[in-house]
Amino acid sequence: MTDTAWISTTLTSARPQAVGALLRYFRDLDRAEEAFQDACLRALRTWPDKGPPRDPVAWLIMVGRNAGIDQVRRGSRLTPLPDEAALSDLEDAEPDLAERLDGADYRDDILRLMFICCHPDLPPTQQIALALRIVSGLTVPQIARAFLVSEAAMEQRITRAKARIAAAGTSFETPDPVQRAERLGAVAAMAYLIFNEGYSAGPGEGRAGLCDEALRLSRLLLRLFQVEPEIMGLTALMLLQHSRATARHNAEGEVILLDDQDRSLWNRQMIAEGLALIDKAMRHARPGPYQIQAAIAALHARAATPAQTDWAQIDQLYASLERLQPSPVVTLNRAVAVSKTKGPAAALEMILPLESRLSSYFYFHGLMGSLLLQLKRPIEARASFDKAISLAGSLADADHMRRQIDRLSAARADA
Amino acid sequence: MLYAIFCYNQEDVTTAWSPEHDARVMTDLKAVEDRLAAAGRLGPVARLLPTTAATTLRKGDTPLVIDGPFAETREQLLGFYVVDCADLDAALEVARDLAVANPGLGAYEIRPLQIFRPGGDVGSLG
Repeated sequence: MTDTAWISTTLTSARPQAVGALLRYFRDLDRAEEAFQDACLRALRTWPDKGPPRDPVAWLIMVGRNAGIDQVRRGSRLTPLPDEAALSDLEDAEPDLAERLDGADYRDDILRLMFICCHPDLPPTQQIALALRIVSGLTVPQIARAFLVSEAAMEQRITRAKARIAAAGTSFETPDPVQRAERLGAVAAMAYLIFNEGYSAGPGEGRAGLCDEALRLSRLLLRLFQVEPEIMGLTALMLLQHSRATARHNAEGEVILLDDQDRSLWNRQMIAEGLALIDKAMRHARPGPYQIQAAIAALHARAATPAQTDWAQIDQLYASLERLQPSPVVTLNRAVAVSKTKGPAAALEMILPLESRLSSYFYFHGLMGSLLLQLKRPIEARASFDKAISLAGSLADADHMRRQIDRLSAARADA
Repeated sequence: MLYAIFCYNQEDVTTAWSPEHDARVMTDLKAVEDRLAAAGRLGPVARLLPTTAATTLRKGDTPLVIDGPFAETREQLLGFYVVDCADLDAALEVARDLAVANPGLGAYEIRPLQIFRPGGDVGSLG
């Protein structure tokens, strides 16, 4: 391992806490980020010789705070100093800093930093870009590559998003329990958005790494909120989904469906952790959408072969999810379980009423095609696969549908 | 003499390792293990899942099950068991039996293992 590898992981993992605390001091996102940047540069200069400080996060906050204050002083010759109220806690003595880091402030700092990225005015793509920039510390070029847009376009997207949250204002009051729960919900949803962005990417696409990043954020939330069953569920869900990452595509980058995956490629360690978390969550008897989805993923993970999958249980879990969070997509997923327990006709009957609402949804036409195929209605099946191809979000998805059609043609040639 | 060596690190950092970094660390550690194993000096080796996967049974008249690791610094780690359990409930059952056998103060922290290598025979104590 190179000498500086440990420094960069330390800086990355310290980032949400340090920038969150600096944001509370300076009440200005750009200044907080700059101050953290300064602290990192100093860490890169001094840590290789002196070794890491005992508490790297506290060190970075302290050094960043001093650097930020210097900036304010230097800037004061050109612009008037912000009033005292704007720079909170500047006179705080340093010795109590480390002590305070153990306190509840800590948790609210990180939550606030993540929460400002989920402002409801921001479209999901901007929320994700902002969170990757501010919370994860990815560079603009890295984020631009992940989303296949130019650096200039991504820079502009992030600048706009920042302007919008600045205009909306950020609350620096300590949140009450209800606000905290609301923030946690929004932040969890944002982390899951990031995960799905990575999950829907093909292998080798820049976005694929976003799954790891989302998992890191989810684990961070779980360490802050250790007794929240939905955060256990969210982390379990990501672990169980991501455990199949290497089995989901073949060497050509083509999609391999769950039934056809080589289960020996599933990551057993991730599955073990995911199952442990869902076990813990269930004990609370406070079910929620992430827990239910994780429980479904857990049933797939526990099945040694596709035939051993407990589809009846999966059907029931989807039924609970439908009650908790009604959505045509949930019904669509339930239909897959129904097709296994009651057959393709029952499943088709279930999804036909969804057609108007899911007419532009890739998976709807994919499932429709596959059910029609099972029902020996190849001409209609082909039309559905064609529709799916025209809506595919990735090349791998489109290829997968094309192979369905190829199989269809081959089957008809045989007949 | 047999010694137990417990590994402490900052979870914030270790869970932020990339899969490649994690694999590299494990490979480097394995090299050390292999040297010890070749000399017949290595017993069981385990890596625990993160503390977020832990559950604690707090001893008492009605044992209390709580999430997360037991972070009471007044109590020290005094030993450990490795038990095969189907799920968390089964593990809690074992912990409850232990709490009955050894009542009073203290707690049992249940941490699923991530890696477990039973290792060779390094003799036995007690």
